Amino acid sequence: MTSPLLVELSRLQFALTAMYHFLFVPLTLGLSIMLAMMETVYVMTGRTIWRDMVKFWGVLFGINFALGVATGITMEFQFGMNWAYYSHYVGDVFGAPLAIEGLMAFFLEATFVGLFFFGWEKLSARSHLVVTWLVALGTNFSALWILIANGWMQNPVGSAFNPDTMRMEVTDFMAVIFNPVAQAKFVHTVSAGYVCGAVFVLGVSAYYMLRGRHIELAKRSFVIASAFGIASSLSVIVLGDESGYDITDNQKMKLAAMEAMWETEPAPASFTAFGVPSMSDRTTRFAVRIPWVMGLIGTRSIDKEIPGIFELVQRAEGRIRNGLTAYDALEKLKVNHGDAAARASFDATSKDLGYALLLKRYIDDPRQANDDQIKQAAWSTVPEVPAIFFTFRIMVLCAFLLLAVFAISLWHTMRETPAPRWLLCIALIAMPLPWLAAELGWFVSEFGRQPWIIEGTLPTFLATSELGIPDLLITILGFTLVYGVLAVIEVKLMLQAIAKGPAVGADIAPPFGEGTQVHLAAAR
Amino acid sequence: MIDFLFNYETLRIIWWALLGVLLMGFAVTDGFDMGVGALLPFVAKTDIERRVAINTVGPVWEGNQVWFILGGGAIFAAWPALYAVSFSGFYLAMFLVLFALILRPVGFKYRSKREDPRWRSNWDWALFIGGAVPALIFGVAVGNALRGVPFHFSTDLRPFYEGTLFGLLNPVALYCGLVSLTMLVMHGAAWLTFKAEGPVADRARIIGGKAALAAAVLFAGGGVLVWLGLLGGYEVTSAIVWDGPSNPLGKTVIANSSAWLRNFNATPVLCLVPALGIVAPLVAAAGFRTRREGLTFLASKLGVLCIIATVGLAMFPIILPSSSNPGHSLAVFDASSSRATLRNMLIATVIFLPLILAYTAWVYSVLWGKVSERSVRGAGSSAY
Repeated sequence: MTSPLLVELSRLQFALTAMYHFLFVPLTLGLSIMLAMMETVYVMTGRTIWRDMVKFWGVLFGINFALGVATGITMEFQFGMNWAYYSHYVGDVFGAPLAIEGLMAFFLEATFVGLFFFGWEKLSARSHLVVTWLVALGTNFSALWILIANGWMQNPVGSAFNPDTMRMEVTDFMAVIFNPVAQAKFVHTVSAGYVCGAVFVLGVSAYYMLRGRHIELAKRSFVIASAFGIASSLSVIVLGDESGYDITDNQKMKLAAMEAMWETEPAPASFTAFGVPSMSDRTTRFAVRIPWVMGLIGTRSIDKEIPGIFELVQRAEGRIRNGLTAYDALEKLKVNHGDAAARASFDATSKDLGYALLLKRYIDDPRQANDDQIKQAAWSTVPEVPAIFFTFRIMVLCAFLLLAVFAISLWHTMRETPAPRWLLCIALIAMPLPWLAAELGWFVSEFGRQPWIIEGTLPTFLATSELGIPDLLITILGFTLVYGVLAVIEVKLMLQAIAKGPAVGADIAPPFGEGTQVHLAAAR
Repeated sequence: MIDFLFNYETLRIIWWALLGVLLMGFAVTDGFDMGVGALLPFVAKTDIERRVAINTVGPVWEGNQVWFILGGGAIFAAWPALYAVSFSGFYLAMFLVLFALILRPVGFKYRSKREDPRWRSNWDWALFIGGAVPALIFGVAVGNALRGVPFHFSTDLRPFYEGTLFGLLNPVALYCGLVSLTMLVMHGAAWLTFKAEGPVADRARIIGGKAALAAAVLFAGGGVLVWLGLLGGYEVTSAIVWDGPSNPLGKTVIANSSAWLRNFNATPVLCLVPALGIVAPLVAAAGFRTRREGLTFLASKLGVLCIIATVGLAMFPIILPSSSNPGHSLAVFDASSSRATLRNMLIATVIFLPLILAYTAWVYSVLWGKVSERSVRGAGSSAY
């Protein structure tokens, strides 16, 4: 069996590189759309201040984009490098969305992003606008396909294990694409990206307004950010990820862990606003419960039950026992591909094969497992409840705080009163919140999926490459160093660009002459 | 027709060819970006010269690099076993490639953000590494693929790699690394003479001529190595079932030092490909001397294509031979995805690849024209 240390190091490296990558992705998602919106205003009104805005926010977009691309390369290759068995086991299904992401989205984004920066003098205003929208479109398509891949890890639809090739193979590609978990995740994730973009623009604009610099640009940016921000933060909250959480056993387990819901309650279940869950006692102490709310959020109904952790563990135990039949049949098929009885038995039970594999943590041949080991394996399907419980709550708190910031900002904007200093200070301080929420969201989603790498199909501890510990230590150290240095450089360049500010009234003459007034206003 | 196109055998061969197309797409587009990176310290001495060199690829390298990303994705989707075995087997080498390729986007984007000469010279080195290191390592990887790599599968098809990083750095593989490096330096130089003006283009012309000559000679030398049987070779000895399940444990393969010549002996017309792999760089070398920039770049492209195609044709139907357990080698007929995935991916490719080629062509046409010191100075913030 693969050494547990190797598994933990592989997970650590993936977590480090993925979470680092996702510092840059949401801002790219949000800013690309906001740039396209600003440029649309420019082309429609001809006011050059809007072009100056696109150029200024574009500089910051570019600094961020470079690291998003650089760290994305790691993601594309890391599956093969560190998760070779995973790559073999699910490449037939999981690889396709990644490849289509390249074909449909990343090519679009990357080919046109060059023109976005270099094409101002070479293209007409309208053509450049089209280019900017194509970059935004490519960025968002990219998120769609990545989340289709990730959604399949959470809810592996449209596929089945093939004993001849010893791997999962696609049976219904449309089901993979229209996976409800993937769709919910896509909406939730891109909305979170838009919130990042909006908070970034809001915060930097607030800084300029506090300093009394670049007021015309900052005021307009503040307006667009608060409007875009309120729409996206509402979308993040209302179209939360939870909509996909009643679909599979593991998603239900994740939901139960997020809510530290040990027992199944009569519908509609109560919501634990606060409490201290304990893994060893399997209970939640000091729980403050709000009746009905959980049932309403989790099932969008008042009569559907949400299963608690104990019930889900019971179910897992049944599936492990069922999976053992599949495992036994598969071993027979490995020896004799033509064994018809074994094939029939395998076909009847193969959906639980993954559950039998959970036993490999305790014993090499799951068929030899005793009752204790089966019970242990069933309990291994429960993720770390306290970690999930708290991170989820912090994420939700961040979201509501941001919603409030956007709401107050928009209110001032709509009443055309200048934003008060305290609001500007809060907008500035709130800048890290969407990133915190996004990282915690991924943590809830992926850590909450444990012990599975593909839910119900392949346990994480079986999925790694057969590498040496020194290999992993070298790369973890290497990535940490390179990423650390690049992070410092990135932040410095961002701050430098913000300090320098926009090049107002830049090198090109305004196309319609209306910009002059704005410049005068800016000069005043 | 659709039936023929969508049967498993045809799909596998199409995807073998598409794997080649993606690698070649990567080599002819991002290849010149890497070549320019590797040439940067040698063709450009002053800051403005370096900016000229960088700005010849500035607006396009990002799109070009997607060929590499897409190559990774397509190998994952269409040849999952190859993706699993090669990337985990070449682990530390892959890490070096990633390290170099991470430096590159940042180098392009961040270099121009400060005037400080030390800042700029650091990023110049990053761009040099980002170009030269992958160009060398990709060749080393191909060399190891030709020689065979020590790996085997368990009965669960879990891949086990038995070699080390230093095992990858054997003389034959390093030789292939040199072929790859000289080839991409030629290509980068061809791009620079085509796209740049002034001293940068002049130096590129001189270095490019030498690199093209070296690429032709080294590649021909590689042919001699194969002919002498020094490079190894593998041959499938069991009957090939073209539409069988993708399970690499069901065949027998033997090491045979003349195996990489078999396809060329069986179908002599294929010899045109390696022949062009020698002639085209020679034409490019002549083009550098006679200042026919368009011809030089086309010849360089053709040379790159033929050199890569030669490797694929020599090894067909094997993709990655195992030196320790030849029977476990990955072959076109037993290492692919399922028929359904190959079909779905082919449909996606048929829809999107022409679109990609069309808009890429449009972008290059918008950017048409030479980059000079004057144009870089005049472009303000719209240049690196």
